[in-house]
Amino acid sequence: MPGVSDGLVQARGLRKDSGDVHAVRGIDVDVGRGEVFGFLGPNGAGKSSAMRMIACVSPRSGGTLQVLGMDPYVDGPKIRARIGVVPQLDNLDAELTVRQNLEVYGRYFGMSRAAVRAKATELLAFAQLTDREGDEVEPLSGGMKRRLSIVRSLVNDPELLLLDEPTTGLDPQARHLLWDRLYRLKRQGVTQLITTHYMDEAEQLCDRLVVMDGGLIVAEGSPAELIGRYSTREVVELRFPLDDAPPVAELEQLVERLEVLPDRLLLYAADGEAVLAAAHQIGIRPLSSLVRRSTLEDVFLRLTGRRLVD
Amino acid sequence: MSAPAVPSAPLLRIFPVGGYAGRSKMIMMRSALVYRRAWLAIVSGFFEPVFYLFAMGQGLGTYVGTLPGPNDAPLSYAAFIAPGLLAASAMNGAVFDSTFNVFFKLRYERLYDAMLATPLGVVDIALGEIGWALVRGGLYALGFLSLMAVFGLLTSPWALLALPAALLVAFAFAAVGMAATSYMRSWQDFDLVTLATLPMFLFATTFYPLSVYSEPVQRIVQCLPLYHAVELMRGLTTGAVDWSMLWHVGYFVVMIAIGVVIAARRLNALLLR
Repeated sequence: MPGVSDGLVQARGLRKDSGDVHAVRGIDVDVGRGEVFGFLGPNGAGKSSAMRMIACVSPRSGGTLQVLGMDPYVDGPKIRARIGVVPQLDNLDAELTVRQNLEVYGRYFGMSRAAVRAKATELLAFAQLTDREGDEVEPLSGGMKRRLSIVRSLVNDPELLLLDEPTTGLDPQARHLLWDRLYRLKRQGVTQLITTHYMDEAEQLCDRLVVMDGGLIVAEGSPAELIGRYSTREVVELRFPLDDAPPVAELEQLVERLEVLPDRLLLYAADGEAVLAAAHQIGIRPLSSLVRRSTLEDVFLRLTGRRLVD
Repeated sequence: MSAPAVPSAPLLRIFPVGGYAGRSKMIMMRSALVYRRAWLAIVSGFFEPVFYLFAMGQGLGTYVGTLPGPNDAPLSYAAFIAPGLLAASAMNGAVFDSTFNVFFKLRYERLYDAMLATPLGVVDIALGEIGWALVRGGLYALGFLSLMAVFGLLTSPWALLALPAALLVAFAFAAVGMAATSYMRSWQDFDLVTLATLPMFLFATTFYPLSVYSEPVQRIVQCLPLYHAVELMRGLTTGAVDWSMLWHVGYFVVMIAIGVVIAARRLNALLLR
């Protein structure tokens, strides 16, 4: 883990209350230079509130927070000059063209006309939007708008990039193109903070992540560490006829942990095939079976539960 | 909500902390870029007072004849209402820009959220938007004053000062308009804007002198901001200038101060939750 001294973001007991709602209830976060750090959690876990505080657009209610070594409450504009923000909902300037969106945004950072023109050309190519540069923003597809939002956040060559649910609502092709771009940025050394509730996204992108639930951090580590700590290497999914009671008691003997879902059983074990063979031996005959690797999703559901958050 | 402890600022905290990056002109530049493509909206705004001037000044004016001007010298009806229309168009342009346009950007485009992700602060936004309303109002005033000159409705060199006066009036209405917009919740609330501006346009001595009213009504009219704008303009375009006009200027300076402070503070509360 990177030393605190070169930490780009350091939070201790960070809290956010809005009226009676305790959105963030005391979290500690350290993000080192060059790291891609993820905030995972269900809706309402406090991810976006934490991000807004780090982005210096939401005053904290308690605790300490340092971004780039400065306090957002005191040096908000100085910090914002050196970070890039991709909001959850695109807020591109609908009254400007694609290119103007980048150029005008650069001007807000105090860049010269010549500098923003050159930067816009470079970023349009990076986002594969060069042939749409004279178009208005509205007719662009969701993926294109998202890419434009991301390159807009890069106009000031930020040291820290904050991405709030960057791929929500995109089709698989658009997501993969976006992940590719974020990966290239990582290789260029841009530190990234990503909130997401897509587990595959977190596994793809994040070096390290925290799982948030109810405004608190409930787990922290690399994706592999978290899987090792909160799940098993493999998961066996078994389906039984709906009207028969599944042989839960027998199966529990065979595995570390078992979870009963309405339509299937989940068996957590180091070796899925061995569990399946053992089950066959004692005469258990499921309708179907599937052995798969454990994912961050299993960790996530274990930590934050299966209740529906609206 | 309690703010975390910060080193105490020596200055009085009228404006939000970190709310000003000194780059409001970038926001005006953005508006100029947008309106380069929407020039029709600018042109239509210019014609509104012109139409009134022709309809009432020429049309009605034929029947009205002359009216007593500020120094009791007779004025043609067109020369009487032209400064009133100048003041009213400064008000209408500024109010439109700072209410409808700002509300749209605030609630629908989330444009200000995007700006606040940059070093820009709420004071930059407030001043930038008000500044643009001023530029636009200034262009209208310049156009209308030129037209008045062409038709011989300017009877004094003091009229040159009507342009900065129009800017002052536009600034005041834009500042208060933006402050009011920050309290609006839906488009229905904009009926209140019309409810405030239309009666002022009709009754604040734009079309006839204050003396038509009874004494108590006169006192009420004299409280209205547009009354002060009309008096200021009419004094300047007809050359009836004296020190008492500073009272009108003062009225608008106070409006500007209150409007800008409230607008910046409210934007801070709305956007930096």
